[in-house]
Amino acid sequence: MPESGPALLVLEDGQVFRGRACGAAGERIGELVFNTAMTGYQEILTDPSYRGQVVVMTYPLIGNYGTNPADEESRGTFTEAFVVREMCWQPSSHRSTESLPEYLARNGVVAIEGIDTRQITRRVRDGLVRGIVSTVDLDERSLLEKVRRSPGLDGIDLASTVTCDKSYEWSEGYVRLTGDAPFERRGKRYRVAAIDFGVKRNILRGLVETGFDVTVLPAKASVAEILATRPDGLFLSNGPGDPAAVKHAFPTVRAIAEKRIPIFGICLGHQILGHVFNATTRKMPFGHHGANHPVQDLTTGKVEITSQNHSYEVVADRVAELEVTHRNLNDGSIEGMRHRELPVFSVQYHPEASPGPREAQYLFGRFRELVESVR
Amino acid sequence: MPKRTDISSILIIGSGPIVIGQACEFDYSGTQACKALREEGYRVLLVNSNPATIMTDTDTADRIYVEPITPEAVEKILAKEKPDALLPTLGGQTGLNTAVKLYESGALERHGVEMIGAKYEAIRKGEDRDLFRAAMLRIGLDVPKSGIAHSIEEARAVLAEIGLPCVIRPAYTLGGAGGGIAYNVEEFEAIAERGLSLSMKSEILVEQSIAGWKEFEMEVMRDKKDNALIVCSIENFDPMGVHTGDSITVAPAQTLTDREYQRMRDASLAIIREIGVETGGSNIQFAIDPRTGRMVIIEMNPRVSRSSALASKATGYPIARIAAKLACGYTLDELPNDITKDTKASFEPTIDYCVVKIPRFAFEKFPGSDTTLTTQMKSVGEVMAIGRTFPEAFQKALRGLEVGRSGLGLDRKDQYLAGDLPARDQILAKLRTPNSERVHYLRYALRSGMTVQEIADATKIDPWFLRPLAELVEFEDRLIAAGKRGDDGLVADLLRDAKRRGYSDRQIATVFSKTEHEVREARKRFGIEPAYKLVDTCAAEFHAKTPYYYSTYEPQDEARVSDRKKIVILGGGPNRIGQGIEFDYCCVHAAFAMRELGIESIMVNSNPETVSTDFDTSDLLFFEPLTGEDVLNIIEREKPAGVIVQFGGQTPLNLARQLHDAGAPLIGTSVESIERAEDRDLFAKLLKKLKLQCPANGIALSKAEARRIAKRLGFPVLVRPSFVLGGRAMRIVYDDQQLDASLEDAIEAAPDKPILVDKFLEDAIEVDVDCISDGKMSVIGGIMEHIEEAGIHSGDSTCAIPPYSLGRAICDQIRAATHALAKELSVIGLMNVQYAVKGDQLYVLEVNPRASRTVPYVSKAIGVPLAKLAAKVMVGKSLKELGFTQEIVPKHVSVKMPVFPFVKFPGVDTILGPEMKSTGEVMGIDKEFGLAFAKAAMGAGMQLPRHGRVFLSVKDADKRNILPVARNLVDLGFQIVATDGTYQALRAAGIDAERVNKVQEGRPNILDLLANRDIQLVINTPHGRNPRADDARIRSRAVQLGVPVITTLSGAQAAVNGIGALKRRDYDVTALHDWLGVTVKPLPPKLPVHESR
Repeated sequence: MPESGPALLVLEDGQVFRGRACGAAGERIGELVFNTAMTGYQEILTDPSYRGQVVVMTYPLIGNYGTNPADEESRGTFTEAFVVREMCWQPSSHRSTESLPEYLARNGVVAIEGIDTRQITRRVRDGLVRGIVSTVDLDERSLLEKVRRSPGLDGIDLASTVTCDKSYEWSEGYVRLTGDAPFERRGKRYRVAAIDFGVKRNILRGLVETGFDVTVLPAKASVAEILATRPDGLFLSNGPGDPAAVKHAFPTVRAIAEKRIPIFGICLGHQILGHVFNATTRKMPFGHHGANHPVQDLTTGKVEITSQNHSYEVVADRVAELEVTHRNLNDGSIEGMRHRELPVFSVQYHPEASPGPREAQYLFGRFRELVESVR
Repeated sequence: MPKRTDISSILIIGSGPIVIGQACEFDYSGTQACKALREEGYRVLLVNSNPATIMTDTDTADRIYVEPITPEAVEKILAKEKPDALLPTLGGQTGLNTAVKLYESGALERHGVEMIGAKYEAIRKGEDRDLFRAAMLRIGLDVPKSGIAHSIEEARAVLAEIGLPCVIRPAYTLGGAGGGIAYNVEEFEAIAERGLSLSMKSEILVEQSIAGWKEFEMEVMRDKKDNALIVCSIENFDPMGVHTGDSITVAPAQTLTDREYQRMRDASLAIIREIGVETGGSNIQFAIDPRTGRMVIIEMNPRVSRSSALASKATGYPIARIAAKLACGYTLDELPNDITKDTKASFEPTIDYCVVKIPRFAFEKFPGSDTTLTTQMKSVGEVMAIGRTFPEAFQKALRGLEVGRSGLGLDRKDQYLAGDLPARDQILAKLRTPNSERVHYLRYALRSGMTVQEIADATKIDPWFLRPLAELVEFEDRLIAAGKRGDDGLVADLLRDAKRRGYSDRQIATVFSKTEHEVREARKRFGIEPAYKLVDTCAAEFHAKTPYYYSTYEPQDEARVSDRKKIVILGGGPNRIGQGIEFDYCCVHAAFAMRELGIESIMVNSNPETVSTDFDTSDLLFFEPLTGEDVLNIIEREKPAGVIVQFGGQTPLNLARQLHDAGAPLIGTSVESIERAEDRDLFAKLLKKLKLQCPANGIALSKAEARRIAKRLGFPVLVRPSFVLGGRAMRIVYDDQQLDASLEDAIEAAPDKPILVDKFLEDAIEVDVDCISDGKMSVIGGIMEHIEEAGIHSGDSTCAIPPYSLGRAICDQIRAATHALAKELSVIGLMNVQYAVKGDQLYVLEVNPRASRTVPYVSKAIGVPLAKLAAKVMVGKSLKELGFTQEIVPKHVSVKMPVFPFVKFPGVDTILGPEMKSTGEVMGIDKEFGLAFAKAAMGAGMQLPRHGRVFLSVKDADKRNILPVARNLVDLGFQIVATDGTYQALRAAGIDAERVNKVQEGRPNILDLLANRDIQLVINTPHGRNPRADDARIRSRAVQLGVPVITTLSGAQAAVNGIGALKRRDYDVTALHDWLGVTVKPLPPKLPVHESR
């Protein structure tokens, strides 16, 4: 049963928001991020990249269509806490199997509703802030103290806390809705090793649809373990936290790259590739979290509307090995790159969508072409 | 890619008069487009017959033609101006259809004009049902089962395939005109036949009915580099079966999972690409089966639409402006987001509020019309409201609708509170058949104990929309319980909760038996005040520069309050018959005037279709309901130097007293003067003092009193409620029985207000005068002589500037009277006076010390922006300073002609009277009256025949005066057909005519002749005392068949003049700039940008 009593959100700068609980009972601390997507809350809740973060939805009406098993992006929820303006307790959708408050309660996500999420968004856009959500301790001062004492996320390898325990095969294609054509396995198939730094299922589905047989490996998989899957390509997934802290992956990835095995990275995977090829990463003012970010392909000039979820960006402007292929149209940040010599490319945004626009799904096809061209 | 340099001049076709389905949203889109193209240095040409538009102001485009929007007239413009390109996608269906015809006739090729934005092939593919369907199937999208028919036989064959119920949709019509759902064969035949006759190409689509499915719309943009994006999604509260223009709609879509939304998004992008709309906006409609999620495509509009205007206002994304820039070669990534300035137009707006649009209907104007909502649009306007939650936005929209409701229930019209809850059967009937009152019956249903599921089953409205209403009803119980405890119950927490749920002070006052003012004071004592939040396209992700606000009850207020001198302009709210685009035009001019004077302008309005709610019309925009509460909230925080109430029509005027009493600094003519003109007793004294006369009259506070007055005056008398606009419930009555009926209507239209009873002057000439005054001097704007006699609402009359039959002496008398009235009322700003001239006697019918419906028309006829000058006068400028000190009597003739929605209300009599029924108007300009009239008629869609047969049937009183008209018609080569009485009169005067049976005289009769297209013009004057049912059928049938109908003798004479003029010589087209001897002003420099706090 979801909580519905009073709840508090306290920011480390002392701002206090009083609302009502609408998820699990408890207390969680995290870095506040706002997400501007108007649909896809379940996908957001189950995106492992949100580990360590308190997600504030800018769209005020959340939970309208409930939740369902097909829209899970991973084995469970990862968001520390969930903040909304107005929770829908009785959803309406033929796809719904459980209301969002019940879902949050079952998954242990502490959630609060009835507060001015736009005010929080305006606060977050002016500078990073941590917050604490509690349904158990309703004392402002005590909460403020707790949030101020909590450590930040910089320098912590969160990916290792969300990755899978052991490797497994993935063979499902995209989720079908009524009227969608069924998935057919056709043409030659290739093998891809996907390193799970917090991978979203729709990435795996996208790889399967594009003609890959997918083996998912834990974040700390060794070069030998990767090579043992006899991969035609390596995929580096999205994931939470500071990319600079995922140091263990850098030499592994470099070793695979030097064998000229094609590599495709998304989000954290993209940032890891940056580190591997001598670029750096830095924390952004408030990151990109939403489903409406314009990204320009510098080779064609075309713009894609993309799904995004990252707080760090790659800084690679003076790195000779890498060529920037995509930039964010709003702030000019790097959204895609490729290696000048090796068959390696990556994007900062999320071509797998889920939630968000699906127009960048062609990138999975581009990965396949790269694999084909190398063989 | 930069803009195109191979083209230098672009023609934009406007949408013409306001009709149901095509309102001022196209003035909004067209004006934005003109501005956008002029910014790029293009020479912009424009044609639009509607004078009440900002787009036809001489400073909007380089060359403006106020000419009929017909292929013939537009080709004349092409020949004269030789534009390089034609942008057809901004003028609604009218603009698009005209462009299609120009292409098909080869006119575009002949004059070397390129169609930009959308090519002919794309328009055809998008609009032609068959091609569209095939295209959808080709790209793997699902559509309802259907078939195309070009004849009733073909239609029957299709029906055999798909079965009943089915939907009939005529191709190439506006607002679904002529379409409908058929549940039985009889209905099918009737609708199919009507649809075939109304379709430009005699083509209908017969389609499997998916009534009851969920309905969605997507607004799509695309550029020539094939970048495409969704500006906004919209979900309909009313499911499939109700035209989207008549549906309550909500943005963004609420009940789709991300997977379902993305599937719809992918489909939208695939469709705009497949159809091939090269650049600009399109609107695509979808239906989803709520049980299975099956998605089908309904249709697309390959152009800017009403929904695009709504989407623009809902998100802040200026679709028309961007569409125009894309059409001339830019790509989305090259254009800035005008709201944030720092980011690009190439993104998808995300919103952090809920938007609700509710349509406004005018069934009360058309007694006997079918009030069921169907696939054919019937609403005349709409209101939009923004809130942080659905109930908040919903209740704001309900009170913004201005139909006497203060929200969802708990107001004076609430039958539940009155202890008069309708019976369950009645409720169920109102739920099952969509109608304009259904919203309130949803609440009655909840009140009568029905569950959300039961209501959802009866209405097919998604439970997601119904549950919040059920929660409101639960909350009501708490309010009502508290209300019983009086002051003790009125506590801060409850009040705050109520405000957050969108309840108005007035609703709370009703529950607590207090005045609105008392609740307001209590609320302020508790510190419960609205916060204003920005509409910024990006959910606060970026700082926004354009101050566009809405109110909500949240902790943080982000509106900046400047210390500049500022003026609040109150808009007109939702369009309705009697109050539409003309008033918005005036409000926009007030904003422009303030900008020119360096004063900050603050616009308040709730109508998403308007130019006044464009983000850069004023310095600050508050998208709010026009109620005392909402307006005072803004005034109290902004502390303006002045508030303008005289430009937005009756809506702000009705607030004047409340605002004045609350201490708002109203500027312009004083509230006392407004009341002196409105209050019958004060008005009589005023006229007496000025030695002016009005028709004998009396004022009644009861029915009995009204009867006594009528007896004293003698019939016929004119009965009307006070404080209404558009002649609402105004009737000319000839006996006691009619009097009683009209009194009921008057009381319904304006409860608790006095009823005015006037002696009706038969066969008098009516004259309208607009005048401007600065308190020291007054100047006549224009004297308009009506063509129809007094007794027909001035908004429904055709009129001319300058007067075409009035003598000099009477005109001078009119001038003197007007100046005297302006002086006596100390008018500061605009004043409109209506006179009747009978013989050499001048009667004052009405004085309105405010902007009138005719202000834009007069302004265009004389070339002086009266509303702008008036706004400047109101902030202290003198007419002398402004350089307008003398009446201008133009050499050219300008005829204004109304346009009626009768075709949308089959069976309703088209007869005109004191209650206004027209939705819009056109203007025809030429050197002589006949041609100006003929052009106006063409612009109004009246096909004045140049040869053929004319049907004449007039009342006895007209039998003598019809003779010269009939003679003229014969001289012009027409054959005359008449029913017996008129026939005998004609024969007696030696005029050739053919006798035809009246309807009850057997067949073939006049209806048969009409159906066989044997009649090209109907002249039928109604019998004043008892309009005959027969005549009504003839008029209604003719309207449905598109045969012009004239119902007054003077109108007939004018039409004959027009036909004569056309037969003597073909007409020319002339730009407004040439008539007025002016050139377009260069664009003003960009104003400094204000940062939000």
